[in-house]
Amino acid sequence: MLDAKIPAGQLDDKWTDYKGHCKLVNPANKRKLEVIVIGTGLAGASAAASLGEMGYKVKAFCFQDSPRRAHSIAAQGGINAAKNYQNDGDSVFRLFYDTIKGGDYRARESNVHRLSEVSANIIDQCVAQGVPFAREYGGLLSNRSFGGTQVQRTFYAAGQTGQQLLIGAYQALERQVALGNVKMYNRHEMLDVVVIDGKTQGIIARDLVSGNLERHFGNAVLLCTGGYGNVFYLSTNAMGSNVTAIWKAHKKGAAFGNPCFTQIHPTCIPVSGDHQSKLTLMSESLRNDGRIWVPKNVGETRKAIDIPEIERDYYLERRYPAFGNLVPRDVASRAAKERCDAGFGVGTSKQAVYLDFADAILRYGKIEVGKEGRENVSEEEIIVLGKEVIKEKYGNLFDMYEKITGENPYELPMRIYPAVHYTMGGLWVDYELQTTVKGLYCLGEANFSDHGANRLGASALMQGLADGYFVIPYTLGNYLADEIYNKPVSIDHPAFIEAENEVAKRINTLMNVKGSQSVESLHKRLGKIMWDKCGMARNAEGLKQAIEEIKELRKEFWNDVKIPGTINEFNPELDKANRVADFMELGELMCIDALERNESCGGHFREEYQTPEGEALRDDGNYMYVSAWKLKSESNWELHKEELKYDVIKPTQRNYK
Amino acid sequence: MEHYNMNLTLKIWRQKNKNDKGGFQSFQVKNISSEMSFLEMLDVLNEQLINDNQDPIAFDHDCREGICGMCSLYINGKPHGEWKGNTTCQLHMRAFKDGETVTIEPWRAKAFPVIKDLIVDRSPLDRIIQAGGYISVNTGNAVDGNSLPINKDDADASFAAAMCIGCGACVAACKNSSAMLFLSAKVAHLALLPQGAPERHSRVMNMVAQMDKEGFGACTNTGACEATCPKEISISNIARLNLEYLSASIVAEK
Amino acid sequence: MTWKQVFTSSVGKKLVMGFTGIFLILFLIVHVGLNACIWADDGGKMFNAGAHFMGANWVPRILEVGLFLGLILHIIQGLMLVFYNRSKRGIQYAVDYGNKGSKWYSRSMGLLGTIILLFLVLHLSNFWFPNRSNQGFLLGEEINLYQKMEEVFSVLWVVIVYVLGCISLAYHLAHGFQSAFKTFGVYNKRWHSIISTLGFVFAIIVPLMFALMPLSFYFGWIS
Repeated sequence: MLDAKIPAGQLDDKWTDYKGHCKLVNPANKRKLEVIVIGTGLAGASAAASLGEMGYKVKAFCFQDSPRRAHSIAAQGGINAAKNYQNDGDSVFRLFYDTIKGGDYRARESNVHRLSEVSANIIDQCVAQGVPFAREYGGLLSNRSFGGTQVQRTFYAAGQTGQQLLIGAYQALERQVALGNVKMYNRHEMLDVVVIDGKTQGIIARDLVSGNLERHFGNAVLLCTGGYGNVFYLSTNAMGSNVTAIWKAHKKGAAFGNPCFTQIHPTCIPVSGDHQSKLTLMSESLRNDGRIWVPKNVGETRKAIDIPEIERDYYLERRYPAFGNLVPRDVASRAAKERCDAGFGVGTSKQAVYLDFADAILRYGKIEVGKEGRENVSEEEIIVLGKEVIKEKYGNLFDMYEKITGENPYELPMRIYPAVHYTMGGLWVDYELQTTVKGLYCLGEANFSDHGANRLGASALMQGLADGYFVIPYTLGNYLADEIYNKPVSIDHPAFIEAENEVAKRINTLMNVKGSQSVESLHKRLGKIMWDKCGMARNAEGLKQAIEEIKELRKEFWNDVKIPGTINEFNPELDKANRVADFMELGELMCIDALERNESCGGHFREEYQTPEGEALRDDGNYMYVSAWKLKSESNWELHKEELKYDVIKPTQRNYK
Repeated sequence: MEHYNMNLTLKIWRQKNKNDKGGFQSFQVKNISSEMSFLEMLDVLNEQLINDNQDPIAFDHDCREGICGMCSLYINGKPHGEWKGNTTCQLHMRAFKDGETVTIEPWRAKAFPVIKDLIVDRSPLDRIIQAGGYISVNTGNAVDGNSLPINKDDADASFAAAMCIGCGACVAACKNSSAMLFLSAKVAHLALLPQGAPERHSRVMNMVAQMDKEGFGACTNTGACEATCPKEISISNIARLNLEYLSASIVAEK
Repeated sequence: MTWKQVFTSSVGKKLVMGFTGIFLILFLIVHVGLNACIWADDGGKMFNAGAHFMGANWVPRILEVGLFLGLILHIIQGLMLVFYNRSKRGIQYAVDYGNKGSKWYSRSMGLLGTIILLFLVLHLSNFWFPNRSNQGFLLGEEINLYQKMEEVFSVLWVVIVYVLGCISLAYHLAHGFQSAFKTFGVYNKRWHSIISTLGFVFAIIVPLMFALMPLSFYFGWIS
């Protein structure tokens, strides 16, 4: 049923072979082929720019006021690449291996290997575009290390790597706009895919300023719309991040892969109250120097600095002596939750742990003193020098923390708690990034492909750009080569009209509910169900309850939602309602998927399946597959399984102890 | 940090659409926590307005972590509010006192027409980038990243300019509604790198021409842009742009 | 890019302001240096000798034409820029950004310049015009400018207008001097801090010396 179209041959030859044999489109024909790109983050902007450069007629859409706003911009830490500039034994294979292992053996070998192969090209491309990566004094590129690896392969631009990479892709995109190869549609939201005879032929989009619906023809449609973490209401995603585009595709026949695989990031600023609208991440790089702890006494009331060393529990160092504070994200998050659930949490909500830099400040201070060759330096002075070093390394993150919490993290330990950050799940795609609908592709976080059940730090940027710059330009040509024989479908084709009518009908229905509850309040309730029952730890009981509760809530939504204003005007509440309506359906599928997967792996932790020490217990015998769900009718999905075959890597129990 | 609750009077610009004349409307909000962000306070107001069957306030926002550049708002006479080096979404309510009146206006510039309430059209900034704010390198053209060593100071200075989030606060703050800080951040970012050298002359010429065409004013070096920039982009970038412009015009062929 | 395009762009217009501004600053140095001769306490002998050289020699007289052209260009371009920039806002803010982000005088160059212009009208009609008309606008007989100063600066309101003109000039220079160099592209901190210090000192000393001239006559500090 599911054909991943993995090329035959040796793992490390597959991509080269594919590129050598895939069909090409000649330049004259490229001008006649139209490609629609939805979303302008790293994947979308890089794809739109690259395809524009190649000569395709591209239309790119984003719901924000400019393509540069896409949420890739918020990525802080860095981007991995198997360059081995540090001479520390890195290689394409190592990056491939780390990514598969980090993903808890639930990713497709061939895709991940290709990702590792092109990773080096990404860095070259970005440098050529003028991305100002951090450099050493000799003028060469600098690297740092990230969780789950033993080499330094992460390239970065201070704490704003995502921003710099996106600006690079954005500039490339704007260049194509200026050259007329790409037409940009800002403040537009895709609301349906038009599929004719099993082939994607275009989209229905809504101009968010005028409220008008538009039909756009495309020989192929690329969905690059990011993750759906906002189904949890509170997440580190942008307020506008949504599932709508891929959900519409799902409803038109695209299978949804591993929907329940969600990454909960361990170091976020904790929730401060009911008013909270989003959560802010503190980069994983902080765990290089910060030590995570909670008090040893339940119900501790003293301030952090008044708790003596002996009464502190550095639980990550205690449980995982080998990796300590640098265990992968899923492990660190669960450990924090375990401590807080057991009553050791700190802060007013008791849903937080400390991330403490006091030791690092002292250590760096001593190094500084050592550099200057001084002796008999007072501790105060060492601390001052140490703070300088910490400021140099993490200044912008510390400032951000202080702005949000009003506390000075140089003096007091940070309070952190895990939060929803990334969704490994997404539309199922084959080796060519094509979904189960012909001509419909999915790139970046929106697809399910490369990270298995858990993503390693600094790999999201790598995947987004790999898909957009180096994969889709080849694989799309392989499909479009045959499209040159078909005449473009008119946007007056009945299928277009019908799709538009469907969209209009749904919007009308929404507007005419005229109920009493705001979109926001209903979204919040959905988020609470998801977080409590399909969050960091799940169990069959809770998931079954959640499925029923979501169904109820969805009914309530369609009967009682209140949307002010009218359709044909700029109406952010209506835009939001459209998105939340889709989350209400997605939430159910996530719970169904989580319930079906009777094992724990990566970010998916089923309480029933754990080792005596509380570690995730995988079941490779029964669950070594990708769950690809196809929608049959409302609340009725059919599971298709793509067996994962590991030809090169031998899956083992992940061990970070 | 002591938390407290406050009641505020909000004086907010309302404008139905581009062609509407618009005007101020006052609102009361109660029990606002000092821990809220400014936009969360507006969320509270909007919930209140929806409950009272009124149109909620439209304002731009997305990442709410100070990097996407989508949020705007001219708060009590300063773009992004009173805090230095800060965006509106990162402004927190502990910056305000109980009983205070807060005036919220959209970015004001002819080049940024109001779309609705506090939302303006900033697409001119995209068009300025289209005029030359890039390096013309197609995907696949690149050589090895380390084949071109770049002096660390230059790379750092380039990064400091490239941090611009394109929010338009510089335009909003400038008495001339000039986009020169935005423009110069991009020119400096690319001029400081060897990769940007081949196009440096045409880039600065074309970008300045586009800025003029979009209807922004001229820079008079008052420094209001630098003082308001959430990423604290230095005004020295404008001087660098001027030098780029001067040298480009001197070496021009015709 | 033609010269016309260069100098009519927003950056080009600023270049014109900068070039003419620096030219006028150079003139101020000459002017203040020459006029300082009144303090030689020789009954105006040295001063009149200098003034004679400026008025009765072809070289400075030709330069004078350039000075007027530069001045007129500076005035016209400046006023046009003020109106051009002012038209770019549309609706004004209800709460002004004010002095929180910039110095008042950096935002008031048009106003300060206009005050200086008004002062210049008086100043030229006091000295330059009577002298040149006496010369028949060629190299004819000059009037005794020292005596003329004594006469003009015996009237209180004239002295007050001159002092106000000098204050305006001081603030105009405080921004204009360093701004011109920014416009020419001096971006490095090292040079910029030297230039802004120099500009500040210049903006205080030169207008102060000018202001002291009418005051010296009025209060009889020179014989």
